[in-house]
Amino acid sequence: MALAEVCGVNSYLDFNLPRNNDNFQGEIEAYSKNFSNNLNLAMPPFANPAENLSRFSTDENGRKLKINFDHGTTTLGFRYKGGVVLAVDSRATGGQFIGSQSMKKIVEINDYLLGTLAGGAADCVYWDRVLAKQCRMYELRNRERISVAAASKLMSNMVYNYKGMGLSMGMMIAGWDKRGPGLYYVDSEGTRTAGQVFSVGSGSVYAFGVLDSGYHWDLTDEEAYELGRRSIYHATHRDAYSGGIIRVYHMKSTGWVHISDEDCKDLHYKYQEDKEKLRNVRQ
Amino acid sequence: MSILAYNGGAIIAMKGKNCVAIAADRRFGVQAQTISCDFDKIFEMGPHLYLGLPGLATDTITVMERLRFRLNLYELKEDRKIHPKTFSSMISNLLYEKRFGPYFVEPIVAGLDPVTFEPFVCNMDLIGCPNEPEDFVVGGTCTEQLYGMCEVLYEPNLEPDDLFETVSQALVNACDRDAISGWGAIVYIIEKDKVTIRHLKTRMD
Repeated sequence: MALAEVCGVNSYLDFNLPRNNDNFQGEIEAYSKNFSNNLNLAMPPFANPAENLSRFSTDENGRKLKINFDHGTTTLGFRYKGGVVLAVDSRATGGQFIGSQSMKKIVEINDYLLGTLAGGAADCVYWDRVLAKQCRMYELRNRERISVAAASKLMSNMVYNYKGMGLSMGMMIAGWDKRGPGLYYVDSEGTRTAGQVFSVGSGSVYAFGVLDSGYHWDLTDEEAYELGRRSIYHATHRDAYSGGIIRVYHMKSTGWVHISDEDCKDLHYKYQEDKEKLRNVRQ
Repeated sequence: MSILAYNGGAIIAMKGKNCVAIAADRRFGVQAQTISCDFDKIFEMGPHLYLGLPGLATDTITVMERLRFRLNLYELKEDRKIHPKTFSSMISNLLYEKRFGPYFVEPIVAGLDPVTFEPFVCNMDLIGCPNEPEDFVVGGTCTEQLYGMCEVLYEPNLEPDDLFETVSQALVNACDRDAISGWGAIVYIIEKDKVTIRHLKTRMD
């Protein structure tokens, strides 16, 4: 489909459909612009939305009208000698209610690009999908894979158009390109920065505590996976809004590899057992 | 966010055949942050009388202490054990005294009558309106989930072992759908001549 569009193939004219279908096409264009251009979301029905939208988030008494999006997350990513490791939890909450314990917060954009989600679940899922499309288009046009820098910039620029209108996302984009392993942090405020170690979400403070104390460049692959896993585990233990399954991915020169999906509960009792054993050895 | 959901926690009590069960999670947190996993919300107020205080943790402790004080006075004056129903009235009275600046707890009483050993459960809102159903009561931050579990799992006249299973399943599964409850659980099964306390192995996230 995407290829057909790039080549300018117009399927309904080519198949000689009656002209009255034009109206239908026109309506689609007029009423749902993101059907044909997914960067173009419907604007709220008033002028200057970036400025005026915030006025509708309080009621007539000045109280905050709160919409409970899926929030709360712990995600992390770090670069080391073997590539990039990403680790995430899988809990989705709306307020204090746990909506899901099995969300996929790592999106496989293509074989050499991964994105993590934190913040508004719908925002992240939508824009990651748009990014996946854009990256594929780039590949078809230029006959080479998109760089991590370019992919993250695409993302950053797309969401920047909606700054101030309530998008909420903080994501990491990890990949492997000509320059080697790459890791970028991109958020809906417009921040885009490359780095070695990132953690995003409500549990990130706890994850950073473990991650920073165990991180160095020369980790082996196994050590790196375990560090990511352990950091997320400790975050899920302390942070009410993180939990479920801990997923670990590794970005290598040959593309991403899915390392593990482990239940927090199993991990907790495993770590507990290890601690017990260590204590017995010391005595 | 409500002050009742500041620390998180859930409690459930259920009647069985010549026995009652009361169970609670063990989390003490401050909003999203879990501080400890060994916080008690259920207190022994007599040989067959237990009190659960879900809600604001500081008030859990204060209300328990004030009730213990009143209870001691009552039992010294009357020279006999208090009936669960009388104890519920005492709680109701204590809470309503603070009608315009309440304690942020929703108490749950579970016990056996000291004379007839009739099972008794009761819960209250934070200003002391008592509710005394003939099956089960719930309280805390995941009452919707707990009610759902109880409506499905409860059957009348359960033996102590079956009651333990029912109460534990209801509590654990309700907590698994609440971000701020869980992190361990404790179950008390109260029978005429013994009280069994069990700790449950739960998810710790």
